[in-house]
Amino acid sequence: MILFDLLFMLLVAYITGFLYYGLYRNITARFQRRLGPPVWQSFLDSIKFFSKEESISHGWMFYLGPVIMMSGAIMTLFFIPLFHTGESFKGLSSYGNLFLVLYLLVLGALGNALAVGASGNPFGVMGVTRGLSRLFALELPFYISVIALISVSGSADIVCIAASQTEWNAFAYPLLFIAALFSFVGMMGQAPFDVVGAPVEVYSGPASEFSGKFLALLMSQSAIFTFAKLVLMVHLFLGGASGFVELLAKSFGLFLFVIAFGAMYGRFKTPQSIDFLLKVPTSIAIVGLILATWS
Amino acid sequence: METGFLQEQKVLEGDLNSENSHQNSVDFLMNWFRKQSIFVLAYGTGCGAIEMPPTFTSRYDAERLGIRGAATPRQADVIIVSGYCSYKTLRRIIRTYEQMSNPKYLLALGSCTVNGGMYWDSYNTIKKLEDYLPVDMYVNGCMPRPESILEGFIALQKEIGEGKASSWQKYEENYEFYRKNQEAVLGKKVEPSYEADWYLYEGGL
Repeated sequence: MILFDLLFMLLVAYITGFLYYGLYRNITARFQRRLGPPVWQSFLDSIKFFSKEESISHGWMFYLGPVIMMSGAIMTLFFIPLFHTGESFKGLSSYGNLFLVLYLLVLGALGNALAVGASGNPFGVMGVTRGLSRLFALELPFYISVIALISVSGSADIVCIAASQTEWNAFAYPLLFIAALFSFVGMMGQAPFDVVGAPVEVYSGPASEFSGKFLALLMSQSAIFTFAKLVLMVHLFLGGASGFVELLAKSFGLFLFVIAFGAMYGRFKTPQSIDFLLKVPTSIAIVGLILATWS
Repeated sequence: METGFLQEQKVLEGDLNSENSHQNSVDFLMNWFRKQSIFVLAYGTGCGAIEMPPTFTSRYDAERLGIRGAATPRQADVIIVSGYCSYKTLRRIIRTYEQMSNPKYLLALGSCTVNGGMYWDSYNTIKKLEDYLPVDMYVNGCMPRPESILEGFIALQKEIGEGKASSWQKYEENYEFYRKNQEAVLGKKVEPSYEADWYLYEGGL
């Protein structure tokens, strides 16, 4: 039964992730006053990349990197329940709590760094260096907000945190939500924190040496991972979800906000984004932590 | 009775419209996916590269046809040779083309790639690109406007969909022919020199 649950969760994440990525390209195109590709374009791209031939080899670590990233994304998805009510689509969430999910969130970046390091592509290494230094700055405000939520709701279980919200955590603790949202924009790779895969600057950043099937795997990974992160944010701050309609509505609203935010702002340099993340969102998160746990 | 370039256009389109492709259902499906998604290497090799930014940005928006830029040759399907091609650039084009993964396609812009164009008697440009690399689709004009480039892409998509765009196989089968022509103009070492070469090759380590 749990196997069926897991497979279904994977299927939902795959389809929704690609749909969201297609919508992202389409909506960004509308922001730039053009028509944009059809919604299923990203899916077509990924299938095409699966059909391409491989002509390069950089040793076994290069092959293993995308696999580590993919397994990181899938494990993150499995440990986050889709709904906080009912019995089904809980995945493996009863076997691991929020701390495990926070660990798994960075597994993908680690796999990417190992693979790119093995390939020796200077542009890829540049992208990974930027990505890892930005990751440390991203994590700090997010972790502070999550720790505040854990202490407020008295549990590190995602289902408990989602269920314990009488009003949404986003409104009960707005400072924590704002701080986590800054981190979330960066985690989704959106401007102003998109210096990692910055086009025209470092080519495709960490992905520049990946071709064909590796790139297709990376695209599928990013689709699944995007959905997992959205579900996590919905559970932590937006009151959880008890049905598919609610889940899709809330996650799409959040996704739309992130896209709009990314389309409006320019790009920070790496030192600028680290500076900003360590100063503004971290201070907001610390003030939020103190206010939330004062009494 | 049409004459001149109208007649030529008709011949070209007649060739595209012919129904003589034999491909099984798996090939048909894969070619359909390849047709829908084309990543173009953003590498300007000649003056025609100036027509590529408007093709890919808001004005002409090639992305609505599934055509978008790729940053590296590893991820690209199509390389555009945009106009005249000097020996120095040819080295880079050959290196880039060979780095791309199969199936790959080459789109040639302008009359310079057909017969040298106005650089016919230049001392440092090649005349027929087809002697050095296999070409899938020519877009004529000097320079072709973004509309023509888009039309060239659509014709290329049609060829891909029918499984006819197979220049990469031609390159592998006739590699000696291409290599001989490349060495005739570029010398024995066709690949471009890099800064690290001084210690990797003769006289170095």
